[in-house]
Amino acid sequence: MQKKLGCLIVAALLLAASLAFGADNITPQTGGVFPAVELSKPTDAVHLKYLGLSGGGNFKLNEIKADVLIVEIFSMYCPYCQGEAPNINRLYQSIQNDAALKSRVKIIGIGIGNSKFETEIFKNKYSVAFPLIPDGEFKMHKVIGEVRTPYFFVIKLKGKKPMEVIYSKLGALESNESFLALIKSAGLK
Amino acid sequence: MKYKTILAVLIGFFMAHNVWALSEAFKNNIYNPGPLKPVDSVLKVKLGDPAPDFTLKAVSGKTISLKDYRGKKNVVLSFVPAAWTPVCSDQWPGYNIVKEIFDAYDATLLGISVDNLPTLYSWTNQMGKLWFEVLSDFWPHGAVAEKFGILRTDGVAERAIFIIDKQGSIRYIYVEDINKRPPLENIINELKKLP
Repeated sequence: MQKKLGCLIVAALLLAASLAFGADNITPQTGGVFPAVELSKPTDAVHLKYLGLSGGGNFKLNEIKADVLIVEIFSMYCPYCQGEAPNINRLYQSIQNDAALKSRVKIIGIGIGNSKFETEIFKNKYSVAFPLIPDGEFKMHKVIGEVRTPYFFVIKLKGKKPMEVIYSKLGALESNESFLALIKSAGLK
Repeated sequence: MKYKTILAVLIGFFMAHNVWALSEAFKNNIYNPGPLKPVDSVLKVKLGDPAPDFTLKAVSGKTISLKDYRGKKNVVLSFVPAAWTPVCSDQWPGYNIVKEIFDAYDATLLGISVDNLPTLYSWTNQMGKLWFEVLSDFWPHGAVAEKFGILRTDGVAERAIFIIDKQGSIRYIYVEDINKRPPLENIINELKKLP
């Protein structure tokens, strides 16, 4: 009888916990706040420098030295992400080639459910120059509403203040030019 | 013991979160069966055994026999449980971008599921052009999975990887929790060990 009661109590606690966690799993939309989740710092010195980070361990996106951050939620196992990779590389190059944008707008990819080995495969296959951060334990994926991939966020970074979402959309980018225009008008003004 | 089992199931049900990320390639067409019993079969083969031979039809229209690769290629068998389900849809598209690595170890990949060919055809079409053969173990239902001892009691295969060397011997067996994708590095690391 005591065991039965114990089971019921544990089940009730787990249900309450699952409901509480579930309430957080909403995808941040334009005008909303992007959650601060700890991710592993890149180990590549070039990528650390690009993001304005140093040392090892974890970091949060608001520590990145930029005014605007483009976040591609992807997976090496996602066919659309594979197809979109050359286009995102072009977007990255456009930003790097623009003196006004280069130091202010950065891109990272977050590989959902991917190990470092798997993000490295994606990086090498598509010659991705910007940092790809593994989210092997689905930590980021969980707090952004378990979106399908690819999913793009653009975030306005404001130091220690909450990160403001200025773009939140599922699927491939329609046009790099209009995407950059939106970043200039909404993110850099 | 009974209460411990019930508790384990409850923990699994309430605390589980998705361990897959769906590609937009599949839109809203994926059926989520929810958390399943991690492994529900008993292996009938072991390391070093000669791999049971089989002949199955492929989505490509070919008929593929395991023995055709004898003396020519190492073979990685990737059994997945079911088309149009979350983790399975998040597995083979990744293998599709590592052909060069398989080539480097003189290996080929055969994807196998108990789904019928029309289902496999429409499902794998969403993954882009696959470089490897996808075989249907539909009829006699799950007979190949059964030979390896990975047919679950509900009629689908486990999520399992077998590596078979050029002599036809089983060199690696990995039956993953059906709710998870096996790490790709495991397969690559095992291919590196082949002579």
